[in-house]
Amino acid sequence: MSKFQPIAFYAKPTENSYSLLPFKFSRFTNNRILLTNMVGEYFLLEEDKFQKFVSKKLGTNESSYIDLRSKHFLKDSSNEVAIDLLALKLRTKLSRLSDFTALHIFVVSLRCEHSCPYCQVSRQSEDKQKFDMSEEIAHKAVELVFRSPSPTIKIEFQGGEPLLNFELIKYIVVRAKQINENERRNLDFVIATNLAVVTDEILQFCSENKVHISTSLDGPKELHNKNRPRKGGDSYERAISGIKFARDVLGKDQVSALMTTTEASLSKVKDIIDEYIENDFDGIFLRHLSPYGFAIKTKSYASYSTEKWLDFYKKGLEYIIEINRNGLFFQEFYASTLLKKILTSEETGFVDLMNPAGIGIAAVVYNYDGSVHPSDESRMLAEMGDDKFKLGSVLTNTYEEIFGSEALLNPLEESFSSSNPMCTDCTYELYCGADPVYHYALHNDFVGRKPESSFCNRNMSIIDYLINRMEDDPFVKKLFYKWANR
Amino acid sequence: MINLYGKYEKLSVSNDYSGLLKLTTNELLPFPLRKQYGLISDTAKGDGFKIVLRKNSSIPSATASIKLSEEIHHLGNGDIVSIGADNNQLRVLFRKQSNQNSILLTERCNHYCLMCSQPPKINDDSWIMEEVKELVRLIPDDTMELGFTGGEPTLYGDEFIDLLSLCKSYLPRTAIHVLSNGRSFKDFSYAKKYAALDHPDLMVGIPIYSDDPVTHNFIVQSDNAFSETIKGILNLKALGQRVEIRVVLQRYSVERLEAIANFIARNLLFVDHVALMGLEIMGFTRSNLEELWVDQYDYKDKLSNAVNLLTSYGINVSVYNHQRCLVNDDVMHAYRKSISDWKNEYLEGCNGCARMDECGGFFSSSVKYKHSEFIKPFES
Repeated sequence: MSKFQPIAFYAKPTENSYSLLPFKFSRFTNNRILLTNMVGEYFLLEEDKFQKFVSKKLGTNESSYIDLRSKHFLKDSSNEVAIDLLALKLRTKLSRLSDFTALHIFVVSLRCEHSCPYCQVSRQSEDKQKFDMSEEIAHKAVELVFRSPSPTIKIEFQGGEPLLNFELIKYIVVRAKQINENERRNLDFVIATNLAVVTDEILQFCSENKVHISTSLDGPKELHNKNRPRKGGDSYERAISGIKFARDVLGKDQVSALMTTTEASLSKVKDIIDEYIENDFDGIFLRHLSPYGFAIKTKSYASYSTEKWLDFYKKGLEYIIEINRNGLFFQEFYASTLLKKILTSEETGFVDLMNPAGIGIAAVVYNYDGSVHPSDESRMLAEMGDDKFKLGSVLTNTYEEIFGSEALLNPLEESFSSSNPMCTDCTYELYCGADPVYHYALHNDFVGRKPESSFCNRNMSIIDYLINRMEDDPFVKKLFYKWANR
Repeated sequence: MINLYGKYEKLSVSNDYSGLLKLTTNELLPFPLRKQYGLISDTAKGDGFKIVLRKNSSIPSATASIKLSEEIHHLGNGDIVSIGADNNQLRVLFRKQSNQNSILLTERCNHYCLMCSQPPKINDDSWIMEEVKELVRLIPDDTMELGFTGGEPTLYGDEFIDLLSLCKSYLPRTAIHVLSNGRSFKDFSYAKKYAALDHPDLMVGIPIYSDDPVTHNFIVQSDNAFSETIKGILNLKALGQRVEIRVVLQRYSVERLEAIANFIARNLLFVDHVALMGLEIMGFTRSNLEELWVDQYDYKDKLSNAVNLLTSYGINVSVYNHQRCLVNDDVMHAYRKSISDWKNEYLEGCNGCARMDECGGFFSSSVKYKHSEFIKPFES
């Protein structure tokens, strides 16, 4: 090795000659400190090492020094490029912002033939005049959709049961495709339906126009039918046969399902997951009940605490991990969404986990009556009589008035987590998001008090759990790498 | 092992040819073309050919003729050679039969890697560039792929760009693969010249040996190498150029193999390919072998983790220069039989292995100097 210099020759930086790059930290399990940097990379450090690190006494050839340098927590003369890489990763994380609104939700009817107690908005009514979106409103809304600069446009039909106003869905799909002949956006359609009233004609149309189906499946028959009552008590049977029918016509990957957790679900997480596996889904979204609409009115939201839900969620996650260990790839979508934020340099488009908040920026809702709301949750709030987030109406307002309205800009600015008390210091800020609608609904304030916020509590607990889980178990880490990149 | 150098013996006194020459075995080649070719034939008179090359006979031809020594009897139709005038040496520059023709552009380099298989020299060898430019004009335009290597090809600066431009002119359908340490591309204007070529099928392979800048700089024996190489990659990718990352696996790079994979996934997700490469025991590796050696058997789980991490992130990854019996089954989606045909061999102990057809074999140098102690034929 005489011609060659030893490694010490290249380890030019001497002690105390490094500078700290921006990071946040908090206590973690086993006397360790969890650090996250400005682009969401994390690192666990023993407490004494952490003390040395921040007082710039960490030795340059200690392995934690080398890890912290590689992950861009510190900079010395050997890694000047760290700044370029951090800048690049930050740009990547924020790149969705310039695309602006991609998800456009059309509430084509508030009517529904189900009467789910937790439902936020639906009406048992035959009054089409009153609760269905009109062609005039649809026409104007579609024009607003294409004012969004987003290269990707997804139009989602919701209700009520949107299939009860299928004629309007057809009108909107045809009109949007017509406009898109010139616009050339990446245009997708989704119908959120319980599939109870699906017909061959409807599916043929969906097939011809590449419309995706998102349905509801709350769990096994008994639970599903209890959660989702309808005349005849056959919601489950209709959902299962509808899923098969839709898969036959549209293709297996064109049909997805969502569940909602009610109090009755809490003890049945394995059965719920088994139901999804049995029906050949490759994952499940273990969703907590949203605190809006009838959920508050009927007190079913208050009927379980965040702790109970977290217990349900973690039990479910453990069960899913075991399923994967036994050879079946199956994922939990909320964990996957968080893991994308934790383990990759990319960002998710999941509205609840964005900062600035996703309201209006990521998604917008055109209600049956022409009113425009920045998220599904805020239209539910409006349905309960609180117009706080109403951005205007497709009938009377311009695109500029709607997306430049104070009703949107104020909550966006006020809830920006990087300037919110506690969020700004939170180790998990980059993994979380800003949710002004939630905090307004429950705290009467866009920011809320974080120690009392169950949004905050829920996300922090899950993130804690995910990091612990993958640090403890190499199998879980490998699995989470896959989930993060699904 | 196929020799790329060989001796010849002059058969006709009139032989004074030297320089680049395309070879043919077609004695009936149309007359106007013959003066561009050397004819390989043991019997033909070779009227009109520049030179006749004999393998097994010593019959002088009408014009110039030479007899090839045994080690270069593999020469055949479509090959291109350089014949030295005085030293009776013949160099094989292009082999038609090979799909991995690699052309050395210089032995000069601004790195001095611990495991360099082609130890750098400081002599001015820019004559090579002139020869290669001539060669590019001779290479058949249906060639699938051509590699340029060094030394560090970009030390030629704009002249290297000119060579690539020449490739685009003469070999528009040939994929060009360049091996460079990427540091020249830290200069955005140079990267822009490279990108402006708008070559239809060009890729540059750039080594990153560690996520730790100091370890990388140590391995390549050069300060600032890591930062400059990364900046080069960022510039090339910002300009939409195709970049492959090459990681040669030896003791110091294997230590942080999973961390390298993680670093790439987190910082360089946009690269086009990552190659994890077994060590070739040539050049400096031979003198540093004791220090650099790590048995593939001992790092096979680390290799699995790195490959599967990269795969999870959707990164196109390949494992080169590894033996089938020393890797876990879970890397087989990335495993490639990569060793160039002219230096690929198997061990005697490999005879009867049931999975020999899956195995990339050994570098001749590994067979000769050192290989894993855990080579074990699969039973059928």
